[in-house]
Amino acid sequence: MEVVIQQLVNGLFLGSIYALLALGYTMVYGIIKLINFAHGEIYMLGGFMGYFFINKLSLGFFPALILSMVGAAVIGVVIEFLAYRPLRKSTRIAALITAIGVSFLLQNGMIYWLGPEKKSFPQAIEFKNYQLGFIQISNIQVLILVISLVLMVALQLIVKKTKMGKAMRAVSVDADAAQLMGINVNRTISFTFALGSALAAAAGMLIGLYYNSIDPMMGVVPGLKSFVAAVLGGIGIIPGAALGGFVIGLLETITIALGFSDYKDAVVYALLIIILLIRPAGILGKNIKEKV
Amino acid sequence: MKKFSFLFASLFLLAACGPTAGGGASGGGNKAEGDTIKIGMNMELSGDVSAYGNAEKEGITLAVEEINEAGGVLGKKLELIEKDNKSENGEATSVAANLTAKDKVVAVVGPATSGATKATIPNMTKAAVPVITPSGTDDSITVVNDKVQEYIFRACFQDTFQGVILANFAQDNLKAKNVVIIGDNSSDYAIGLTKSFKDTFKGKIAKEETFTAGDKDFQAILTKIKDLDYDAIYIPGYYAEAGLIIKQAREMGIDKPILGADGFGDEKLVEIAGAKNVSDVYYTGHFSEKAPATDKVKPFVEAFKKKYDKQPSAFNALGYDSVYMLKQAMEDRDSADSKEITEGLASLKDFVGVTGKMTMDKDHNPEKSAVVLGLTEGKETSADAVNP
Repeated sequence: MEVVIQQLVNGLFLGSIYALLALGYTMVYGIIKLINFAHGEIYMLGGFMGYFFINKLSLGFFPALILSMVGAAVIGVVIEFLAYRPLRKSTRIAALITAIGVSFLLQNGMIYWLGPEKKSFPQAIEFKNYQLGFIQISNIQVLILVISLVLMVALQLIVKKTKMGKAMRAVSVDADAAQLMGINVNRTISFTFALGSALAAAAGMLIGLYYNSIDPMMGVVPGLKSFVAAVLGGIGIIPGAALGGFVIGLLETITIALGFSDYKDAVVYALLIIILLIRPAGILGKNIKEKV
Repeated sequence: MKKFSFLFASLFLLAACGPTAGGGASGGGNKAEGDTIKIGMNMELSGDVSAYGNAEKEGITLAVEEINEAGGVLGKKLELIEKDNKSENGEATSVAANLTAKDKVVAVVGPATSGATKATIPNMTKAAVPVITPSGTDDSITVVNDKVQEYIFRACFQDTFQGVILANFAQDNLKAKNVVIIGDNSSDYAIGLTKSFKDTFKGKIAKEETFTAGDKDFQAILTKIKDLDYDAIYIPGYYAEAGLIIKQAREMGIDKPILGADGFGDEKLVEIAGAKNVSDVYYTGHFSEKAPATDKVKPFVEAFKKKYDKQPSAFNALGYDSVYMLKQAMEDRDSADSKEITEGLASLKDFVGVTGKMTMDKDHNPEKSAVVLGLTEGKETSADAVNP
């Protein structure tokens, strides 16, 4: 029983990373119906920015976290401006292929620039273990969970309570109508990319700190899995993405715990197929028009 | 991406296999002409595993310089022709063709990795020019489908041998009766290591868990084994995942000894795991200054330090030995023609190198002892020579 609960706790931490990433997919999809496949690469860039801020500028973890979130936000906006905005009136498949292209460009650019080797992430926070009854958790795991939850709540507040959030919701319902009402659609979309990218960068840095290893291809698998998480929760729905992330994290941990570690990726993708077959709108999917 | 390039590489390999399959050696090999003996180097000097290739190049260059300063081989100087295979199997194949057909080398050293070496087999066999891979440990390099590859040799031991050494080390040195195996299920290297360990180890395998290359989270696996009764953990795999397993295991409070093969032998292992976590960790190495296999080690280390101003690694030593193995083969047969060198390598006996005293067995694998290196807080603190 203890082992089972410990495994569930493990899954929760893994899930919170997927959840952070899934939020970016869901928001971008919600607002311009684009699956931003370069999102996993923003996560990778976030990890690398953190690496440089801590190693080269000798910043602490939290200043570095904030800086790399800002940096990733800028990169997200630039990618949107250069790669997606010119294609906004084209077919959705054109934008999707461009996104895949951007993803390859970023991976290979980083390999060209820094080499393909794994780099060890600076251990900016001293590792400590806590024993809560029979459950063992480390300060870094707690940090991951707390930062993830804080960012998710903050995001929900931005979307629900601020003017920009209202604009985002308006654009997601009908961009043309929103424009007629005086909303600057381009700026709203840029803002969405900035938010999503900042969250991805935070996830990248947290994972770097947790596993102590970052490399240019690190975004591929988590990127795909958090995309599955976003679809699972109902793509375009923010709480759905968070829920989907946790479900995927738990599912993966349970699969390994049951001794099927070779099939853990297969199980995640099988879940995607099942959810698309029986409930295409996702767990929290409804037929109302509000997205983002 | 990786998967795709692998697919292409294997297609390449298959295509290259076609015409030579069943053909065997048809050419007459290359002969040494003029007043130099040309040997080729087919190395990973750029790309994914360039660290290995460049390290071996240092050893090879040093050996060639030493031999030439001492008067060369059979009265002729060695001429080294260096080529980069960019860590790609397809490129290694064309480098092999180039070296044998255009440069007319009498022997080739390299590639460093198993996959690339296997890719060069058809070309080298066709040209009837012998190859020594300094560090390709995959069993199926020298023996394919129970058939010994006539022109393919290696300077290192093979994977199954490492599994045997580690099993012996676990039961004799660590007195382990129960072992947990956490193995990479996605590489031939790790699968071979697991199998030969299980075949040799006399104790019990308390639990066997698997992962795939690229995995990062091992909490679930480690949580499962944490409270089991066992004496050591065996991790057949490469440093990237092994480093993460060591880190996560030690942080979780698992303090049992951890064993691995030469895939641990990279400083990245310690970097990824964090130096303070890497204690009671043992792995097989090809070479150690602390347990010198022969009296050649001291002069080699001194010469290496003088030339490169650093400590030699196992890859430096293996590259260095490969060249001296060629020299001995030429001298034994009193000829520098590729056919004769092949014969010489196949019957190499009691060759004293820096990585051990070796005799070539009938499968073209050198028989030599291995060193098991022990790490404490990330530093090499013990070295035991273990015999098979």
